[in-house]
Amino acid sequence: MSGFLNAYLPHILTGISVGGQYALIAIGYTMVYGILRLINFAHGDVFMVAGLVMVYATASMPMYISIPLVIIATVLLGFVIERVAYKPLRSAPRMSVMISAIGVSYLLQNCALYFTGGLPQTYPVIPFISDSVTVFGQTTKMVTLITPVLTLLLVVILSLLIKYTKMGMAMRAVSKDFETSQLMGIKINSVISFTFIIGCFLAAVGSLLYFTNYQSVIPTSGAMPGLKAFVAAVFGGIGSIPGAVIGAFIIGICENLIKGAGWTTFSDAFTFVLLIVILLAKPTGIFGEKATDKV
Amino acid sequence: MSDAILKIKDLKVNYGGIEAVKGISFDVPAGEIVTLIGANGAGKSSTLRSIAGLVKPREGTIEFDGEDICGKDPTAIVTRGITLVPEGRRIFPDLTVLENLRIGAYLRHDDLTDDLNWVYELFPRLKERSWQAGGTLSGGEQQMLAVGRALMSRPKVIMMDEPSLGLAPLIVKGIFDIIKEINKQGVTVLLIEQNANMALKTANVGYVMETGRITMSGTGEELLANDDVKAAYLGT
Repeated sequence: MSGFLNAYLPHILTGISVGGQYALIAIGYTMVYGILRLINFAHGDVFMVAGLVMVYATASMPMYISIPLVIIATVLLGFVIERVAYKPLRSAPRMSVMISAIGVSYLLQNCALYFTGGLPQTYPVIPFISDSVTVFGQTTKMVTLITPVLTLLLVVILSLLIKYTKMGMAMRAVSKDFETSQLMGIKINSVISFTFIIGCFLAAVGSLLYFTNYQSVIPTSGAMPGLKAFVAAVFGGIGSIPGAVIGAFIIGICENLIKGAGWTTFSDAFTFVLLIVILLAKPTGIFGEKATDKV
Repeated sequence: MSDAILKIKDLKVNYGGIEAVKGISFDVPAGEIVTLIGANGAGKSSTLRSIAGLVKPREGTIEFDGEDICGKDPTAIVTRGITLVPEGRRIFPDLTVLENLRIGAYLRHDDLTDDLNWVYELFPRLKERSWQAGGTLSGGEQQMLAVGRALMSRPKVIMMDEPSLGLAPLIVKGIFDIIKEINKQGVTVLLIEQNANMALKTANVGYVMETGRITMSGTGEELLANDDVKAAYLGT
């Protein structure tokens, strides 16, 4: 047993950390889906843009300005994307909105390609969370320990917000019934914007943690974590926040255990096989809402 | 008859290229119960939905307390004191009964205790079930909740779209008793119904709608006694 732990502990720790980072992205997918029934394919790219903003911001500004700036810029980007690309299509078929989302995704990647010139941009070293720390005799970065704690803290705050605030109640109402929510006087566009803002805030926090483990950001850096988070959201039951978080942790841990077993080549394949299996066996995921509602 | 709180003039509504309401005019006197009766597809729901701001009418004016509110968004309409209990009740199934009531008062920022007590007095059943999810209530209880939710906005006018639909006769009677009670407490009621008999017995003023037009009007008793109404809507 202790042999197993010694061999696998670093991978489990990394897995929990990566899982937390996926979770922060996955919440954005699942919340937007919950309210608009839209898979926001641009979400992974918003995450990448957050990484690039951090690169450029730290080039000329101190860390304590750069970090808030990254968060504000990402939130603003999410807000603008919703207003420009999704809101005009509110009464259009869902397929149109999804195509628009794919368009935004490519637009962001190509803008990033233009600004970076296609060269990998070196991600800055964020003090403290990049520091080394020793846990159970294993050396790892501080971020590995911070991520799960911060993720769970943010999830708890988010859950309280949804359960106990007026805005949270409005979000739950709008996700069920646009028209009746309007009859209550709820401005659904504000509620939808708010949902995107929360999703992008969490993605921005996720990007700060995620890219700390990588050397650089490239225009397609958002694609893989975005897809993994999307699988996590589907696995957990899209529309469900606890589902997305649990799905993300499971995927993060499994991937890293597979890497630890020496099958690194198959770690991504595992995630996508999981997606296929889930879609075949239980399309609504672990915590998915049942399709039928009593009317 | 008292002054009209709501005046509809030459209202025309199109739905996907079909003219659902073809230029109707009618008044809703303050403090009364007014009913629009008519068959399926006569344009009754479209009329209420335009007043509530869910549908933008093509032409016409909707005057509320002297102000034209035609084409304003639903939030603006609720703010002014008009609320709609939608067809099929449409309570929020995942929200608790209490949350459903609270969300009815979404635009208010004052204390809700008095109004919650008022609604619980009208519908004691809701008080017993205040912690249950709305979706677990029976059809009649859901209708009570939908009415209670609408009352939480402290409306001057409450519009109801087919409140008796799909409910057992005994429960329908209860709902109509409540409508009278709400009206006694000073809320103007605009009711649309296929259950013409119940609606006309309850209402002070009635209008008959046929294929997008108003074809008859009168007091509830007058319409109940009218031979055409009897033949077409009362089946006697």
